[in-house]
Amino acid sequence: MAGLLRRFRQSYFLYSFLRDPVAVTSFALFVILASSALLAPVFAPHNPYDGANIDIMDAETPPLWKDGGNPAFLLGTDNQGRDLFSAILYGMRVSLLIGVGAVAMQACIGIMVGLLSGYGSRRLDNILMRIADVQLSFSSYMVAIFLGAIVQMTFGVGRYEQVAVPFLVLVIGLAEWPQYARTVRASVLAEKKKEYVEAARVIGLKPFRIMWRHILPNTLTPVLVISTVQVANAIMSEAALSFLGLGMPVTKPSLGSLIKSGFQYFFSGSWWITLFPGVVLILLVLSINLLGDWLRDFLNPKLYKD
Amino acid sequence: MQPLLDVSSLTVKFALRDTALTAVNDVSFTLSKGERLGLVGESGAGKSVTGFSILNLVSKPGFIAGGSVLFEGRDLTRADAETLRDIRGNRISMIFQDPMMTLNPVLTVGTQMIETIRAHKKVTRKEAEAIALDKLRKVYIPSPERRLTQYPHEFSGGMRQRIVIAIALLTSPSLIIADEPTTALDVTIQAEIMDLLLELCQSEDMGLILITHDLGVVSQVTQKIAVMYAMGDTASVVGAPLHPYTRGLLGALPQCADKADCGLETVAAPRARRRLNQIPGSMPSLSDVPRGCPFNNRCELCETVCTTTRPLLEKKSDGRLAACHMVA
Amino acid sequence: MFAFIVRRVAQALLVMFIITREMVGVSVSVKEREALREKLGLNDPYLVQWARFTKNALQGDLGTSYFYRKPALDVILSKAPATLELVFVAQCIIVLISVPVGVYSACRPRSVLSRLFMGISIVGVSVPVFLTAIFMIYIFSVHLGWLPSFGRGNPVEIFPGWTSVLTTWSNFKHIILPSIALSSIMLPLFIRLIRAEMKEALETEYVKFARAKGLPEWRVVMVHAFKNTLLPVITVGGVQLGIMIAFTILTETVFQWQGMGFMFVEAVERADTALLVAYLIFVGAIFVAVNTVVDLIYGFVNPMVRIAGRK
Repeated sequence: MAGLLRRFRQSYFLYSFLRDPVAVTSFALFVILASSALLAPVFAPHNPYDGANIDIMDAETPPLWKDGGNPAFLLGTDNQGRDLFSAILYGMRVSLLIGVGAVAMQACIGIMVGLLSGYGSRRLDNILMRIADVQLSFSSYMVAIFLGAIVQMTFGVGRYEQVAVPFLVLVIGLAEWPQYARTVRASVLAEKKKEYVEAARVIGLKPFRIMWRHILPNTLTPVLVISTVQVANAIMSEAALSFLGLGMPVTKPSLGSLIKSGFQYFFSGSWWITLFPGVVLILLVLSINLLGDWLRDFLNPKLYKD
Repeated sequence: MQPLLDVSSLTVKFALRDTALTAVNDVSFTLSKGERLGLVGESGAGKSVTGFSILNLVSKPGFIAGGSVLFEGRDLTRADAETLRDIRGNRISMIFQDPMMTLNPVLTVGTQMIETIRAHKKVTRKEAEAIALDKLRKVYIPSPERRLTQYPHEFSGGMRQRIVIAIALLTSPSLIIADEPTTALDVTIQAEIMDLLLELCQSEDMGLILITHDLGVVSQVTQKIAVMYAMGDTASVVGAPLHPYTRGLLGALPQCADKADCGLETVAAPRARRRLNQIPGSMPSLSDVPRGCPFNNRCELCETVCTTTRPLLEKKSDGRLAACHMVA
Repeated sequence: MFAFIVRRVAQALLVMFIITREMVGVSVSVKEREALREKLGLNDPYLVQWARFTKNALQGDLGTSYFYRKPALDVILSKAPATLELVFVAQCIIVLISVPVGVYSACRPRSVLSRLFMGISIVGVSVPVFLTAIFMIYIFSVHLGWLPSFGRGNPVEIFPGWTSVLTTWSNFKHIILPSIALSSIMLPLFIRLIRAEMKEALETEYVKFARAKGLPEWRVVMVHAFKNTLLPVITVGGVQLGIMIAFTILTETVFQWQGMGFMFVEAVERADTALLVAYLIFVGAIFVAVNTVVDLIYGFVNPMVRIAGRK
């Protein structure tokens, strides 16, 4: 363990990371945002999920430094009287949870399909890639928006609130798996031709073992690179769905639903309800994107283009 | 008389993160009008880079760090972009290694020929087309009128290299630099292309720099040879090799080991044993060149002076050039 | 070409079939649903249902909107021009900006301007469309008062059934903010794509050969490198155009742009399923059309495809 740590400390990875101020800044920003989101119950002065805590009389209190600001509410309150700062922390937690969960799901489906498609028979490859094509040609937003509409209508708004998180993970996960499948398939096809795979086959290893132990580790670099971008995209997708009213309900808001709830008050003076969650959302996505960009430059994998 | 091309002390480096690697170090050779020179050496010896640096076309992060390339009296390493553009493809043409990659896949052969002519001569499209057709006939492309409207992927490898040669001929240059023009082709076609190149050079009185690792080809086509070894120590060879590396190279050739009439006199090859000579070890990497003579760790003649002092390229007793302490 | 079209349509129909099946009658109570199922023939086998639906669809009958009390297709056709116009203007903005910026930053990757472009583009890709839209409304409409914040003004009918805002300046002002907001998400992607492909093309042997031939630099860049860049850009461009139609839903919601996207969100709120299904089929048809056109253009630029077609 200590050896591993030392090796990491002396690695080229860390060296070039520390030499890039943008990477360091965005990493620091991401850590701050993510940890304050995960520890929201500790940091947040109020619990936005607790209805008893919320007083409608406090609604639309401006931020502290504005006239009429209330010291209890640092960034003001939303249209229902919730402390905006607390709501943002909790909301970011939801957004991150859905983002990471959805990408984990995309990666699971995508890697499985990609491996099977790249290593399996031609016929299987054709079928799987056809499905991926169909899925891709219907843009993922469209799929997510549409499924969101169906599910909300089926369950009714009340019950929908309970299943919102797993549903969003599922729908965003299902919408984007072809990205992984194509990337993994392309790397598998490239790796398959190499001698070490031939050698493993000559030794008589089972296809599953070759796939899992020999090929998969060599496809992980591009997977890692697209994962960062995919997390950012998933967070954006969730925000977009919530903004349309098809994502997280206002009672358990994500950043997107906070923005939505503030949108109608934005031009009538209560700009903070939209602005602060918006800025946090942008910072969160931006820090992930910048990190992903740096990672791509550093690892420089041959990404599948099409 | 002023030589056509005079390369002296040419040095090319590649900029890395914090250091610069020397790919070509202190290379010198000259070429008269209509003369053909072979530039030989192992892979990675900097032959291609030398070829590109003559036209000042070293791609980044490489750069010319020193020396000069005098072409018809003008130093190309210091020429401005417009002068260079005027010389490239006009006075000096280049033939690249792989004809599959050299021609632009989305433009017709005709477009790629005509644009070259019109970049250098004030002619109409019709006139340019006539020149292109003439050159295509010179490289023996059948039915050139039809071929002009076709795309590169409709040609075989050998045909494409003929077209590249035709493009090189378009403006009747005085020098052609051919960078391993046959390595990417089938063996049977290699000879055809080489013969064609030789024939054209002779009939049009063009100079040729033939970059290759094939000493056999060089001996048939060129009148002069420059051998490059790690970072570009050069030795001109016209008859018997002087430098121990060159002797080693020649000794490794089967035709030289077997026959005496290959155009190069054999020195190091022990004909009786009929066993190919071999240069021990491999070329040092660019970042790890030994002190003194870069060849010292592989040389049979190595002595103390070779490990301390780098030999300079100098005239030896019979008037030829070699960079070696051990030959007189 | 023909085989390709058939395949595309078949794929689209398959997807549509799955979706339409799931869609019908999900919004009403159980009792009503049963009655409705019987009436609409939803208890018939799927294949029968599908055949019936397809037959109707081919005759231009995509069902009737509950809310508008009009055939769904008519509703959509009346809204489509607004959306297509928005996408068209956004696409123009994307092409006009991404090509020069992408080419420039590929040719001079280390210049200050290129770094600035790249910095802006990564920020651009990180700002959700609806936030761009809201901020732009705040700055240009509320604060500066230069441009209208919502709606389409008084569009002029240029063809029967096709109203346009492109003909007069006061109408055109309405489309400026929505189209910029819509292009804001795609623009960075295109700039980066063109830059990456251009950089790759500039390092190829044939570009080096073009330089060795002594061609002028503009010809090397714009003819030899850029024409090869076009192939992947066209392919990705086709897919992105489809995605852009999805983004119109967000843009139109913020700007209350009376197009298909705005109609879609309203239809979701009103549980107007027939309209939703019709919308999807219409958008699917647009995808198929766009992809086919993209394939044709691709074949026009790529000589290898043309040869394959000729044989």
